Amino acid sequence: MRNITIAAAVGFAAIAATSAATAGTVLDAVKARGALICGVGTGTAGFMLADSQGKWVGLDVDVCRAVASAIFGDAEKVKFVPLSSQQRFTALQSGEVDMLSNNTTDTLTRDTALGLDFTAVTYYDGQGFLVNKKLGVKSAKELNGATVCVAPGTTTELNLADYFRANKMTFKPVVIEKVDEVRAAFFSGRCDVYTNDSSSLYATRTANVPPPAKPEDFIVLPEIISKEPLAPAVRHGDNQFADIVRWSQYAMIEAEEYGITSKNVDEMMKSDNPTIKRILGVTPGMGKALGVDEKWVYNIVKQVGNYGESFDRNVGMGSPLKIERGLNNLWTKGGLQYAPPIR
Amino acid sequence: MAVEALGSAPRVKVAPWNDPIIRGWVFQIVVVGLVAGLAWYLVSNTIDNLNRQKIASGFDYLGREAGFEIGDSMIDYSPASTYARAIWVGILNTLRVAVLGIILATILGTLIGVGRLSPNWLLNKICAWYVEAFRNVPLLLWLFLFYKLISEAFPGPKQAISALWGSMFLSNRGLYFPVPMADPIHKWMGVGLLVGIAGAVMLYRWAKKRQEATGQPFPSISAGAGVIIGVPFVIWLAGGAPSTMSWPALKGFNFEGGTVIQPEFTALLLGLVLYTSAFIAEIVRSGILALHKGQSEAAAALGLSRGQSMRLVLLPQALRVIVPPMTSQYLNITKNSSLAIAIGYPDLVASINVTINQTGQAIENILLIMAAYLSVSLSISAFMNWYNKRIALRER
Repeated sequence: MRNITIAAAVGFAAIAATSAATAGTVLDAVKARGALICGVGTGTAGFMLADSQGKWVGLDVDVCRAVASAIFGDAEKVKFVPLSSQQRFTALQSGEVDMLSNNTTDTLTRDTALGLDFTAVTYYDGQGFLVNKKLGVKSAKELNGATVCVAPGTTTELNLADYFRANKMTFKPVVIEKVDEVRAAFFSGRCDVYTNDSSSLYATRTANVPPPAKPEDFIVLPEIISKEPLAPAVRHGDNQFADIVRWSQYAMIEAEEYGITSKNVDEMMKSDNPTIKRILGVTPGMGKALGVDEKWVYNIVKQVGNYGESFDRNVGMGSPLKIERGLNNLWTKGGLQYAPPIR
Repeated sequence: MAVEALGSAPRVKVAPWNDPIIRGWVFQIVVVGLVAGLAWYLVSNTIDNLNRQKIASGFDYLGREAGFEIGDSMIDYSPASTYARAIWVGILNTLRVAVLGIILATILGTLIGVGRLSPNWLLNKICAWYVEAFRNVPLLLWLFLFYKLISEAFPGPKQAISALWGSMFLSNRGLYFPVPMADPIHKWMGVGLLVGIAGAVMLYRWAKKRQEATGQPFPSISAGAGVIIGVPFVIWLAGGAPSTMSWPALKGFNFEGGTVIQPEFTALLLGLVLYTSAFIAEIVRSGILALHKGQSEAAAALGLSRGQSMRLVLLPQALRVIVPPMTSQYLNITKNSSLAIAIGYPDLVASINVTINQTGQAIENILLIMAAYLSVSLSISAFMNWYNKRIALRER
């Protein structure tokens, strides 16, 4: 009920306030305000989570920081607004936030009917199943008749129903509003299976298993039943701002591809490689075309890091989640992360 | 009277802006105009903004395939059903918990309220403690507590507690018990039940009339119960007494067959009933205490037992005080049932929430949910107002 009220409040605020939100471009509004307002989720380890000092960290959070670096040259000029999966679209539509970066799956309906535009993919994900090893299940195909815990208001619910329908199996969902409560219901044995994006399942297994159970007591089944390209979203219709978000993401990927890291970026400024000179703004032109400072990529890489660094620090081998790069590796290394050239 | 007397005197001519009648009209027109203007501004601005941001609007989505599953439904529902049906499932689930909650909370609340007036010290104190415990803790916490108790305390389906020679199973998946296999005769038994209820009401009226006329009592309660049960039973016998049962049995992950009361429903119903009955108990107690002491003394003087004097003399009079605040409690149960979403019972709010998220049409859906709660609440109010009028003191 609370979410509905908030959604309603946001919705009606939208009614009254949109003239202000659409008066200028988003970029002008952000500059005038002196900070980017970024909508994130309420907390998924590795992707967006406020740490013990209240500082937001995670792969999705780094995208917001990269955009702030590109616009202001300062990764700290971001305000984070935690939104539930049900509040997020209304909040973006109504201008409460400038952009969303909260593990949102890019789909046709959202891109069109919701009035959003998705930028580049932050993380190629897919929906999976977490089960207790004691159940003795080795494959999702054996889940006929299972009770499944699922968080509401996501593509997850639809994929789940589609997968069971396609395989002529039945299931009973237990849908609880708060993710914490869904997890608690799963760990208490109310459900046989917990389903979510597999990245989130790994995060749950690492961070949320209640003692005395151990993370090793649970396994993520091998089947990935959906494509979940998680991407930031902006309001439809402001192409310049969408470009800045999209190219900030590409810049992180380009930087990884050309070996530019937060540690060596100052040396790289002296590089003779014309591509690197163009990327880092030593040869001017790119920043002007995008409408930001010429040193935008330098600022992003210096303050946030390249995509590989961000991945490793938040969800990869340098983090407790230890997720393989897999699909999220660079295209040159067998993955899907591919940025168009900055030229 | 006074106005008429004055009216016969010649009217004093005043300027129109000083005439109270004209002034009254002008103010009313201005206020209505302002409200209408504000409404028009909000609606047109919304439509305008939705169009500009290319956000879909209208109710077309109701006919589209919903695509999500619902865990607990009283009617046939599958992910291939429409959004309209998903919302209907939610409304029925809300009504089921609200109606059952109202009935059970009324019964329990009346018992506790009467118990608080009992001369028995122990009963009196237990009822007092009950009221204080339940009404002084927020309902949401009770819901969490009951849900946690059920899902943590009961074993998994493979270690389910079986009762009644293995016909019923209790686990953290709910209470499974056998039900008769679906049979066409059940529909006619339902009709028979309605006929039986109508018959019992008529019997009760006839018995009351006869007792008033002749003083002869008639056991109309037990006879009425006999009619209500008897008519469907005879129909069942006439239909060849179909007695195939659907038994629950462990199959794979869970029980199949029979029917189930799910933990989410149990926790929600328990929470609503226990919480609201504490308030109802106080309303009942206040209604009885509002009566003059002479009423119970007179009843005792007539030789009525305590139970009889409560049933025949005190409660009918107390109802006049009890019914109006009771209406608010019934409305509270209905509206509080929307807390269901916190513990995963698929009520109307849950269905609407998912629909908002999949379609992105928040405004339309919130209008729908408001219309649904409003019509349920207004129906309850209308019924209770009718009942209140019926039992009101009639002066002859």
